[in-house]
Amino acid sequence: MSSISLGGLLRRPEAGAALGLIAVLIFFAIFGGLTFLKPAGMASWLHVAANLGVIAIPLGLLMIAGELDISVGAMVPFGAMTVAVISGHYGLPIWLGIAVALTFGVVVGLVNGFLVIKTAVPSLIVTLGSLFAVQGIVLGLTVLITRSTSVALTTEGPAKPIFGDFVAGGQLQVMVLWWLALTALYIFFVHFSPFGNWIFAMGGDKVSARNAGIPTDRLTMILFVLSSTSAAFVGMCQAILYNSAQVAGGQSFIFNSIIAVVVGGVLLTGGFGSVAGIFFGTITFAVVTQGIYYIDFDRNWSSLIIGVLLLGAVLMNNTFRKMALSYSPKKGAK
Amino acid sequence: MAAPILAPPILALRGVNKSFGPVDVLHDITLEVRPGEVLCLLGDNGAGKSTLIKIMSGVHQPSTGQIELDGQPVTLPTPRAAQEAGISTVHQFGGTFPLMSIGRSFFVGVEPTKGWGPFKVYDRKTANGVALKAVQDMGITRITDGDRLVGGLSGGERQSLSIARAVHFGARVLILDEPTAALGVKQATHVLRIVNEAKRRGLAVIFITHQVMHAMAVGDHFAVLIRGAIAADFKKGEKTREEITDLMAGGASMASLEAEIEGYMASHGGHPPPPAE
Repeated sequence: MSSISLGGLLRRPEAGAALGLIAVLIFFAIFGGLTFLKPAGMASWLHVAANLGVIAIPLGLLMIAGELDISVGAMVPFGAMTVAVISGHYGLPIWLGIAVALTFGVVVGLVNGFLVIKTAVPSLIVTLGSLFAVQGIVLGLTVLITRSTSVALTTEGPAKPIFGDFVAGGQLQVMVLWWLALTALYIFFVHFSPFGNWIFAMGGDKVSARNAGIPTDRLTMILFVLSSTSAAFVGMCQAILYNSAQVAGGQSFIFNSIIAVVVGGVLLTGGFGSVAGIFFGTITFAVVTQGIYYIDFDRNWSSLIIGVLLLGAVLMNNTFRKMALSYSPKKGAK
Repeated sequence: MAAPILAPPILALRGVNKSFGPVDVLHDITLEVRPGEVLCLLGDNGAGKSTLIKIMSGVHQPSTGQIELDGQPVTLPTPRAAQEAGISTVHQFGGTFPLMSIGRSFFVGVEPTKGWGPFKVYDRKTANGVALKAVQDMGITRITDGDRLVGGLSGGERQSLSIARAVHFGARVLILDEPTAALGVKQATHVLRIVNEAKRRGLAVIFITHQVMHAMAVGDHFAVLIRGAIAADFKKGEKTREEITDLMAGGASMASLEAEIEGYMASHGGHPPPPAE
C-alpha cells in the first residue's frame, strides 16, 4: 500500500468524523481540563457511546443502503420490558427472557423489511408506523400484565456479568466491550468481506445492484433485522444492568443515533460512509453531551452545541466528498 | 478483422410484437445481429427503442414472436437471465455507482476474495488491477488509479468502464442505450472508439441512438424504428446521412409538409404560410 498520503487519507469517508472528534476533544480539553480523559470521566461518555454505538452502526448501514429505521426508539424499551416481564414479573429463567426479547427484535425487523420491500413506501414512514405501533404494544401489554409502567428484574447467574454489569473494577459497563467487539465485527463485514460491497452498491444504485445479481431484497431484510435486534439487545442489557425496565424512554436513541451516523460521514441519500466514521461520530456525540458537565458552561446549552456540530459535520462531509470525487493522483496528493 | 459476413446471428428477434394492455408498442420486429457487427437502432423519441431494449435485456417479455440466441429460441425472464446468456446492457449514465471506487464497482456482485472459510476478505489489489487492465485494454489509458471514485470520472470514461466491465464478464451481445447522448464531442469519440474495439473483439453490438453521425461512424447495419415498427433496414453505405435523418424524422410526413408549404407559396405569390396561432 503505497497510497498513504494526505490526499488518500482525506478522501476516506471517516476523515471528516475523525477531524471533528479531534476538534471536539481539543475544545473540551481547553475549557474543561483533562478530567474527561481520566478513567472516571471517560467512563461517563464511554457508556453513552457504547449504548448508542451498538444501535448507530446497523442504523448507519441501513442509511448507507439507502433506508432508515426510526423504530429503534421503540425497540429499546420493548427489549427491556420483554425481559423484565418474562424474567422479572413471571420469574421465568433469564435466558428465556433474553431469547424472547431478541426474537421480538428479529420479528419487528422482518416486518419492517417486508413492508419496505413489498409496498415501496419510504422506510421513514414504514418505521414511523412501527415506532408508534411498538410503543403502543409495550405500554398496553405492560399495564395489562403488570398493572404498572415499571417492572423490576433481578438477574442471577452468568447472564448478569455477560449482559449487564460493571467490569474493570466496577467502573465500566460491560456494554462497552460489546460495542468494541461488534464494531470490529462490523468493520470486517462491511469493509473487508464481499458483503459490504453489496450494501454500498445497493445504496448507490438499487436497480444496477439488482441487475448485477445482488439479492437486494434479502439484504434489506437482514439490515432491518440487524437494526431492530440491536436496539432490543441494548434495551435488554439496560434492564439487566439497572434491574428494572420502564415503558417510556428510548426515543432519544432515534435522533441521537441519526446524529452519530451523519456526523460520522454517512451520506443521507446512501452509498457512502464507513463503520469507522460512525464509530468516531458516536464518540463525538457522547463527548459533547457528557463533556458539557466538565466545563463551566450551563449545560442547558448542550443541545445548541450538538445542533451546530451536526450542521458543521454535514457541511464538512460534503466538502470531503467533493474532494473524494475530484481526487485524482496527479493533482490530489500534495 | 471483422468476422465473415455470413456468420450466423448470435441474437435474433423474429416477428416480435409487444403491447401493454390495449396499447401496441412494437409491431412485428425482426432483427438480427452477428458477431463482430454493429447494429444501429435509430429512432426518434417515443419510437419504441426503450421497449425494444427492455425486451432484449430481459426486463419485458414479447407479447408474441420469439427471441433466438445462437439459432435456438430462448426466453429471457429476468435481466439476470439475459446477462447469464451473455447479453449485457449499458445504460445512458453507465449504470455505475458514483461513490464507489473503480475496483469495487467493477466487481459488484462477483467480488474477488482471498483467505479461507469465514475469513475471506475482499481482494482490493486484484480487483483494482483487473479493473484497470480491462479498462486500459479497451483503450482508455487515462484511468490509472483503481481507488478513484467512479463519480469522479468523466461521462465518457464511465461509459467506457461499463463497457469494459461487460466485455470482461463475457458479454457476447452488448446493448448500448444512447451511450453518447449526454456526452460532448470529444467524449463521444472516446465511446465510439470503444464500440469499435468491442466489435474488433467479435462482440455483437446493438447501438441505440438518435445521433445519425455517431451511428454512421461505427455502424455496419442500420434499422430505423418509427412508431414501433421497423421503417427501414439497410447496410452501411446504402443510404446517405440526409436520407437517414429524413427517415427518422418521419419520412413521408416530412415530405408532405414540404409539398404543402410549396403549394401554399405558389398560390400566395411566394409568401410562406403565416405561423400557426
